[in-house]
Amino acid sequence: MELILQSIVNGLIQGGFFALFAVGLVLIFGVMSVVNFAHGELVMIGAYTIWLLHAQNGLAFIPAIGVAIIVVTIIGLLMERFLFRPTRDDPLAGLICSIGVLFILQVVATLIGGDGPSKQVPPPFHGTMVVFDSLRIPYQRIFSLVVSIVALSTLWYFLTRTKLGWALRAVALDREAAALQGININRISMIAIGVGGALAGLAGALMAPLTNINPHMGHNVIITAFIVTIVGGVGSLSGAVIAAVLYALFHTFVTVYFGGTLATICGLILMVVVLIVKPTGIMGVRVSE
Amino acid sequence: MNSRLKKIIGSLVLLATLVAIPHFLKFHHQDLLIFLTINVLVVASYRIVTLTGEWSLIHAVMMGVGGYTATLLFKNFDLGMWFTLPLAGGVSALIAALLCFPLFRMTQFYFLIGSFAAGEAIRLVWIQYVNPFGGTGGLSGVEPPIIGGIDFLDAIPYYYLALTVVGFCLFILYRIENSRIGLTLHAVHWKAPLAESVGVDTWRYRALAFVIGSFFVGIAGALKVHYLGTITPNQFGIGFMVFILIWVIVGGYNRFYGPIIGVVVLTVFDESIRSFAEIRPAIYGAVLIISILFLPKGLESIPAKFKAWFGIGSNSDAPPLADK
Repeated sequence: MELILQSIVNGLIQGGFFALFAVGLVLIFGVMSVVNFAHGELVMIGAYTIWLLHAQNGLAFIPAIGVAIIVVTIIGLLMERFLFRPTRDDPLAGLICSIGVLFILQVVATLIGGDGPSKQVPPPFHGTMVVFDSLRIPYQRIFSLVVSIVALSTLWYFLTRTKLGWALRAVALDREAAALQGININRISMIAIGVGGALAGLAGALMAPLTNINPHMGHNVIITAFIVTIVGGVGSLSGAVIAAVLYALFHTFVTVYFGGTLATICGLILMVVVLIVKPTGIMGVRVSE
Repeated sequence: MNSRLKKIIGSLVLLATLVAIPHFLKFHHQDLLIFLTINVLVVASYRIVTLTGEWSLIHAVMMGVGGYTATLLFKNFDLGMWFTLPLAGGVSALIAALLCFPLFRMTQFYFLIGSFAAGEAIRLVWIQYVNPFGGTGGLSGVEPPIIGGIDFLDAIPYYYLALTVVGFCLFILYRIENSRIGLTLHAVHWKAPLAESVGVDTWRYRALAFVIGSFFVGIAGALKVHYLGTITPNQFGIGFMVFILIWVIVGGYNRFYGPIIGVVVLTVFDESIRSFAEIRPAIYGAVLIISILFLPKGLESIPAKFKAWFGIGSNSDAPPLADK
């Protein structure tokens, strides 16, 4: 019983991270119709920034998070301006360019942190909250969960309550029609990848004290993001959030009882099944050509 | 001199070069030459999958399926290479045929992601089930054959063996592409509705291309494991898949020889920047981006571009039926 409760709590916290980077991937795909394979590496760079600034050079945790967000956002903006914009007519070209970025960012991380063992960041928030005498939640995880929820709520407000958010969703629905209405596609693309990059940077920064940091950590991130995106329904942000939480719970439970590799295998099979049975995902809408 | 004679002389020169090359190389480079020969088959077989316009991300894993099949057959049933090669191809093709049912319900982006997921799942199965796949450490102890007293463990004999097998497979792939099937695959890519309207079952042809490509890459996997002697799941991860994509795209995928040029040029390039060690992937990434931005039709389009600049010949950039 304790194990089950503990797993639920851990799964929810994990779901917060999953949602942060999956939502970014969905935004970028929705607005620019390019699969950003380097999204996992954006998260990785966020984590490395924390390691470099907070763990190595003693900058406080919260300002370091701010720097991580800014750094990753700038990388995202550069990618849009110099790679995705020139290749907009050809989605495959954008995908291949993002793979090039993936290689470059991995090397950048290796140059910054060296080849050695994975890096650890000591948690800046100490202590553990004990609920019902048995359930233990470190404050670090509570902080991450709260920040994730705040960030996602802000995004929801931005997309549904502001004019810019409407414009962004209009471009995601139909780029040409939006352009005809006078919406600047280039500007909206910059905003989409900026927001996606910021969320990836935030996810990396929040994960840094809770995980092993190495140049290849982006691999698992992108696999998770794909699973969550597909299960949630491509292009659906609420679907991605729901799928992130459900998949995180699922993954945590299978990991606890059967092991991590099997959990990922199940996730991938689940994704293929969703693609076959309901390609629009749990929250997706059927789009006709 | 007529073109037929030119072709024959060209082929003879090429053949003589290929036969002579290993004798001028150091041992390390002989090794590399064998892997390059095998990789030529990998990209050529990938091309047949992409002919229908679907870019799969499972090709590297299908190579692994061939490799694991050869390994398990060799270790458990003591089968020689002449049996493991075709059987490796056969098992890859069989698994590909089964995967067709889920995968080809999708197209484009969904197919890309779906094939990636299926491949990753297969690869994780190799990691999860230590018996019989050996887990992360993989399997070892596969040996090359000894035929007529020649030990193919040595690099040069094995190179000739690989060259023969790969050459034979390339010949078949080339014939397939220029046969009725190959033309239909082009039609499925560029004019799918039209092809359907004249009675072509596009699903069947997409699946057929995928199965044929998997068959030949399975053979490539077996060739590799027989030389290397060991096999691990990480040899066939997304990293290697990305390299296949890079070779095909940098070489150019509009013609049969484009991907082959890509793998040869980039392997030589990769070897020449060996001294940069840890920043090599970044150089690779930069080359990839630059070639996508400035040479979207790949290296093979360079001669045609030169001709166009100087006004010689017709601009034959476009692939057959490419007027989408």
